[in-house]
Parts: sequence; C-alpha cells; structure tokens
Amino acid sequence: MKQDLKAICRDIRCDILTSIGHLGVGHIGGCLSVVELLAALYFEEMQIDPADPKKEGRDRFVCSKGHAGPAVYAALAGRGYFDKKELLTLNQGGTDLPSHCDMNRTKGIDMTTGSLGQGFSCAVGVALGSQLAGDNATIYTLIGDGESQEGQIWEAAMFAAAKHLDRLIAFTDYNKLQIDGPVSEVNDIAPLSDKWRAFGWNVIDVANGNDVEEVLSAIRKAKEMRGSGKPTMVILNTVKGCGVKWIEELGPGNHNTNITEEQANEAIAQIRG
Amino acid sequence: MEMRAVYAESLAELMRKDKKVCVLDADLSKASGTRNMYDEFPEQMFDCGVAEQNMASIAAGLSSYGFKPWIETFTPFATRRICDQVTISISYAQQNVRIVGTDPGISAELNGGTHMSMEDVGVLRSVPGVVIFDPADPVQLRAAMPVLDSYRGCVYMRLFRKELPKIFPADYTFDLFRADILCEGKDLTIFVTGFLTKDALDAREILAKEGIQAEVINVHTIKPIDRETVIRSARKTGAVVTVENHNIIGGLHSAVLEALAKEKIPACAVGITDRFGEVGKLPYLRETMGLTVDNIVKTSKEAVSLK
Repeated sequence: MKQDLKAICRDIRCDILTSIGHLGVGHIGGCLSVVELLAALYFEEMQIDPADPKKEGRDRFVCSKGHAGPAVYAALAGRGYFDKKELLTLNQGGTDLPSHCDMNRTKGIDMTTGSLGQGFSCAVGVALGSQLAGDNATIYTLIGDGESQEGQIWEAAMFAAAKHLDRLIAFTDYNKLQIDGPVSEVNDIAPLSDKWRAFGWNVIDVANGNDVEEVLSAIRKAKEMRGSGKPTMVILNTVKGCGVKWIEELGPGNHNTNITEEQANEAIAQIRG
Repeated sequence: MEMRAVYAESLAELMRKDKKVCVLDADLSKASGTRNMYDEFPEQMFDCGVAEQNMASIAAGLSSYGFKPWIETFTPFATRRICDQVTISISYAQQNVRIVGTDPGISAELNGGTHMSMEDVGVLRSVPGVVIFDPADPVQLRAAMPVLDSYRGCVYMRLFRKELPKIFPADYTFDLFRADILCEGKDLTIFVTGFLTKDALDAREILAKEGIQAEVINVHTIKPIDRETVIRSARKTGAVVTVENHNIIGGLHSAVLEALAKEKIPACAVGITDRFGEVGKLPYLRETMGLTVDNIVKTSKEAVSLK
C-alpha cells in the first residue's frame, strides 16, 4: 500500500487546523510539528485494524507528549477509526476527544497520556508486555523535546536498554521550543543524540522531521534494527507549528495559542493551494 | 510467621497459577521478602532499580497489555513519591495495578523520619478510584491476596512486614469491602486498622474490667470505607474511637468522621498527631506517638465521657 503521503499530511494538517480552529484555542504548534510522523506511522507502517482497534498483537503508538492529541485524532479519523465530524467536538464538554490522549475515551488511542514523562515509561511497559507475550508487535512512542527534561524519561530509557526492548521505537519531536522559550535557553537537552547513545539506544537523526519521506525511511531503518538488542530513538528535527507561516513565527508562543475559525480556514486554503 | 513471608508465599501461588501476574521492584525486593522468587519467576519479576516513577508507569503499560502487575517498595516511595504516576498512569487510565507499600508509619523504625509515611493513606485516599487496604494479621493478609489480585483497578496495600499475632480464625472469610466486627459491645466502638488491631482488642479487655463494653471493628479497607457498618455500629454504641498507624489527618479517623458527618456522635482519635516520624524501635515510637494500649483505653474513656 503505497499512498500519497504528502496528500495525507495535508489532510491531517488541515484537520488539526479545523478542529482547533473550531474550538478557538489549542496546542497547535506541537500538533503541526508531528504530522509527518503520524502520517508515516498510521498510513504506512503500523500493523493496525481500525475495525478492530484493540486487536491483540497490533502495533501500538503511545503519544507521550499527550498534548498532541488533536494531531493523533486527525490521523485516526483519517485512518477511519471514527468520523471526521467528531473532530469538531475537540475539548467540548462530554467529548471523546479530550486535549490529552485518553485510551478509555478514544478509539485507537493506546495509552492515556498528558502528565509528561509518564507515557514514555508506559510505552516501555507495553514493549516489555509485548516481549513477554512473544508477539511480533512494534511499539512506537513519541516524546517532546521539553518533555525530555523529565527525569522519568531517563529512568525509562535506562530500563528499556537494560531489558533489550528492541521492539520499541521512540521519536523525539525536536522542534527546539517549549512554553517558556527555546529549549536551549530554558534547560538545554543537547547533545541529545549523544545522551540516547550513552543510555544504550540506537539513534537515528532525521535532519528534516517534516519531510515525510525522510521520516518514513528512518522508521524503516529503525525497524531493521530489531534484533540489535537495543531500543531505537529517532530524533526528528522539526518546526513547531510547521506548515502555517504565522503560527511558526509565533515561536514559543505557538505552544497553546488562540486561532479563529477564519484564520484556520485561511491557513487551510493556503495548504490546499 | 512474618507478614512479608505470607505476602511472598501468596504472591508466588498467584504467579504459579497465572503467568499474567507479575511483580516489579525498585531495589527493595529483599525488604519485601520477594527476592528469592526471582529464580522461579524470571519472566514475571522485574527489578527497575531505584526508579519508582518508572516502575509505576511500566506497571501501567504492562496492565494495558493484559498483565496483572504488583509493584512494591517502601510506603513513602509507593505513595507520596509517585503520587502523580499512581494518579494518572494507573488510576485515571483505569489500569489494574496492585501497589504494595511496606513499613507503613512507625514500622519503618530505624530508617526514621525520611522513610516513615504518616500521610500515605491521606495522599491516596484523595485520588479517585484507589482502594486502600491495611491488613491486620497473617490470616487476613493471606485471605486478601487472591481478592486483591482479581480486583480490576488500582489497589494500595500497606504492608507491615514483620511478625504479627493471629487475630482471625482459620476459616475467616474475607470481603474487601466489608469491615470485620471482631467483638460486639454497647458502650463505644473502636474502629481500628492495620497492625494496631491487636492493641485495640487488648484495650477492650481492660475497658471491660472497668465496666465499659467496647465494640471492636477492624476497618481493613479504608477506602472505600464500609459506611454501613461504621454508621450502624456508631449509632448503636454512641461513641467512637479510631486507632491507626497514620496521621489522624487524612487516614482512618478522617474516613470514619466523613462517614459519620451527619451523626451527632463523639469521636476521638488514636493516631499520629500531624507530626513527622523519627528513628527508634517500635516500643519507643509507640510511646512517643501515643500508639499504645494505654492510650487507646484513655481515649476510649474520653469518648464515652462525651456521650
């Protein structure tokens, strides 16, 4: 199944803008930065069945940076887990699409996340479970660069390497920005690749994490490393707010920002060209 | 028999029967009495090292994969240190995880104030969905283990590790959500939890000699508390004393008072009076913190006098 991933990325990006634009506010920057990853995972690489969201032995994705929920929902809706109309219920009272991922509310969500650092650790537990079950699943997880400041990330990194969880493929959304400013100024996490390598992980650096072909080939390379006895970290150099110029230009201000429906529609029109 | 030995034996039985039952440690498996089980269950036991946050969230991940994890460490690290992981990774996410906190309250003895949890029940009692259980003797503990294992959700157990006298008969039937009436009485009710249960019974003997007939109820499950039994007994006797190895703020005393909020019944507390722990052996700590038979007797008389 070779799909037009660029078109899928456009769809996901537009659906994020539609749902957050409809609401008027949201974690738009860190949603737009991970679109290419979600497209590559949900539309190419993950062994999943939208008709059977809890299928045993399926590949799983834990969005540890839980505030990227709206991006994941856009991908899930695009993949057929639920109707795209539901995206307009984002964060409304009683919705099944809360700002942060909730496995008990949303079809296709594999883990409840949002308290940073924990989802990554949970994903390590999922990978351990898969290893114990002896199935063939690949466990994917995504962390933020700001999230990498959490101590629990490194507790889990150490454990995953010690237990040789090579079915675990993690991604860092290295968009260099967090709420209070540039990551390098707030509390620098560099040199990031060296840190993961020192923790016993394979590391793949992706120069442009918003190029879906680059992301896809990195995922495939990471999959080939299964058998290495090491988990793999794919560092995605991304742009926070990617795809919408004025949002990108907000810098750290785009973490959680206001957006009118009109602004969203303009951005969508530009993306659709 | 030491409580931890009963715990470990029961856990091993559960693990033999069900390969999905697994145990996670944070470098304290020796203290928990489970270290020597690693040989028998290499695929079911995992030491996370000194990393309790990771241990809690890994357990949540395993639960999401259909496993039935138990995590174990000293009480303060199983609760206040990982409060957010217990809250979000486990309870909020509706995972099935058993949390075992060993050496609750003053039973941390020589580890002293840093390791002495006076607040663990209070911390977790305010987290929705967490069941809190504090066993009183080896019989109750053994009976409870399979029940805890099959409970779907988050259970926190405070485990006194050392020897405790048997209180319950061999044919004891355990109900996680039902308090146990140990002795009936008409003058006051002593609600007691955990290892101080024997002391409450001893106090009852002394009170009986002075003409006060105390009803003694073991509240092994502090949350959800058995409101029906608590209210029925308190109405019957008209006076209440709570006895616990925990801060009287947030623990059994608070839970009983919440249940009795609409009743006009005097209630007094034997427990730790909002202070930190310190090093010492159990007899010294009991004296210092007022967790003695004498203090239960004295406090009981006070409660009766307030009727």
